[in-house]
Amino acid sequence: MATEVSQSQTRAPQPGIDVPGWLRKNLFSTWYNSLISVVLLVIVVQVVTGFFQWAFTTEGWIAAASNGRLILVGRYPAAELWRPQLALALVAILLGLSGGVWRGIAQALTIGFAGMMLVLTALWTQLPPANPPAPLTTELVLVGIAALVGGAYAAGRAGGERLRWPIIVGWFLAYPTIIMILQGFGGTAVPTNLWGGLMLTMLLSVSGIVLSFPLGVLLALGRRSSLPVVKFFCVVYIELIRGVPLITVLFMAQLMLPLFLPSEVRIDAVVRAVVAVTLFSAAYLAENVRGGLQSIPKGQVEAARALGLNVVKTTLLITLPQALKAVIPVLVGQFISLFKDTSLVAIIGLLDLLGVARAINTQPEWLGFPGGVWRETFFVVAVIYWIFSFTMSRSSRQIEANLNRGAR
Amino acid sequence: MSSSSEDIIVCENVSKWFGDFRALNDVSIRVKKGEVVVVCGPSGSGKSTFIRTINRLEEHQQGRIIVDGIEMSNDIRNIDAIRREVGMVFQQFNLFPHLTVLQNVTLAPVWVRKKTRKESEQRALELLERVGIVEQALKFPGQLSGGQQQRVAIARVLAMDPRIILFDEPTSALDPEMVKEVLDVMKTLASEGITMICVTHEMGFAREVADRVVFMDRGQIVEEGTPEHFFTNPHHERTKLFLSQIL
Repeated sequence: MATEVSQSQTRAPQPGIDVPGWLRKNLFSTWYNSLISVVLLVIVVQVVTGFFQWAFTTEGWIAAASNGRLILVGRYPAAELWRPQLALALVAILLGLSGGVWRGIAQALTIGFAGMMLVLTALWTQLPPANPPAPLTTELVLVGIAALVGGAYAAGRAGGERLRWPIIVGWFLAYPTIIMILQGFGGTAVPTNLWGGLMLTMLLSVSGIVLSFPLGVLLALGRRSSLPVVKFFCVVYIELIRGVPLITVLFMAQLMLPLFLPSEVRIDAVVRAVVAVTLFSAAYLAENVRGGLQSIPKGQVEAARALGLNVVKTTLLITLPQALKAVIPVLVGQFISLFKDTSLVAIIGLLDLLGVARAINTQPEWLGFPGGVWRETFFVVAVIYWIFSFTMSRSSRQIEANLNRGAR
Repeated sequence: MSSSSEDIIVCENVSKWFGDFRALNDVSIRVKKGEVVVVCGPSGSGKSTFIRTINRLEEHQQGRIIVDGIEMSNDIRNIDAIRREVGMVFQQFNLFPHLTVLQNVTLAPVWVRKKTRKESEQRALELLERVGIVEQALKFPGQLSGGQQQRVAIARVLAMDPRIILFDEPTSALDPEMVKEVLDVMKTLASEGITMICVTHEMGFAREVADRVVFMDRGQIVEEGTPEHFFTNPHHERTKLFLSQIL
């Protein structure tokens, strides 16, 4: 009888959840465990109350709040603000369409993006009016963009599969288009030394990621190449770059490159920063991808070659997809660190998100504030960095989960 | 023995070294079109190395290999031409885990034979039907049992319409109850006239299906003959010892 009962039970018995039991088991199981729990609790309470006391009593938030534009786009001229807004709208449409067509991660990002716009709108309405007032109020633009995302999402759902390729092409065209729009295409030129804030940070990061990815993959393949010259070049490049800090590469690009180039060749400071970040990131990416390539069993290549696939097809169809899939968490981790590392360009004089924060701290209006406003400003900037990094990290988990559906 | 147009594989004095170790020692064999040859021998005797030289997964350092009229050289075009005609089934299946069963089978026809995707898929489904796993077509290899995976691997090879199939211990990594399903598929293929060279320890299969059994030891072919001769009246002491150990 007893065996019959246990066989009819299809699930393992679930112990009931009761709070005192859980506490005793997890926090107060032994005397030293209890001690650690109590000490940690005291510390957490201290930190949290301390933070909230500061956050709700300080006046310093006004500095970040009244510099919203500086934080978002730097010193980009007010009359040309429609350009970054147009660029954002373009991204919103593409993201919304992608979310509608692909669902999954793209859909989650779409919702997150629209949500962020609405949160920003809500925050913005709490702010003192801009001086001088912008031609189109920011709240309106933000709500408009949120609506655009929603509309594009609906269009994507309605359009379905056949929109796939147009959207992919759209993403590829979006990058140069946005650069052109920001540079002042069809109107007054906006020099890149006026670009700044979150816009510059995003631009540097996206450029760095998009450009260093193919370069890193090529370097990884080159390092495993059977051609000695190619292999030698790749090894030297990777080891050289990995041996120096990013900041030296940035300084090199900013200060030394002009010495080597003829004086009539002037390369834009932002471009030089992008190149430096890309070259730096590519070396690390190459090592990560190489790790992935090495994890592919030899039998995979043998099977592909035995089927008659040549070296190039074997790499593109068999080894590389599996290798990249294996290193997604590492790659996203690296993209996150690239995103945060772009803050180093503040040191070479670009006003990225961090550079803007430093600029705000030195504005004369805040001299009267006790202790300055740097805590509040840096906190705001940190939150912005965190939101983007956390989004990337979550997306990577989601991509992994999606790709692992068929794995053993 | 004079060279005949019927010989689809000709190996003459093939030798191969791994460092100082001579893995193959003057191996010579001729395989006729449609013949089923079973290669057996103790582990480390060079059986796998030998069949892997036939599609150049291992490079031989001495001797000649002529497959379907093409002499194996270092020319990569030559090697690729041979590989298109020679399929291989591996001990560890070596299916592509990131592709579905159907994609595994259509990959080579599409990318090597340049067939259309539609045409390849139709043929792939026929082949999967033939090896009895058409209902698994949209799953990934990791979701299949070992026996099913090996049958997909056979379908993947058949999709290229090879003239020769090499089997490298196709049932050695399988649970006992799955060996039969793979051997059954191989028997069907043998009866359809595909040239097969099969490294295996399945002596029942050898007895029933093989036209010829080749016994290798220490990189050399020690004895070869019809299954009847091989199992009932082997000449060499080494062969007798081997048979006494495995039968």
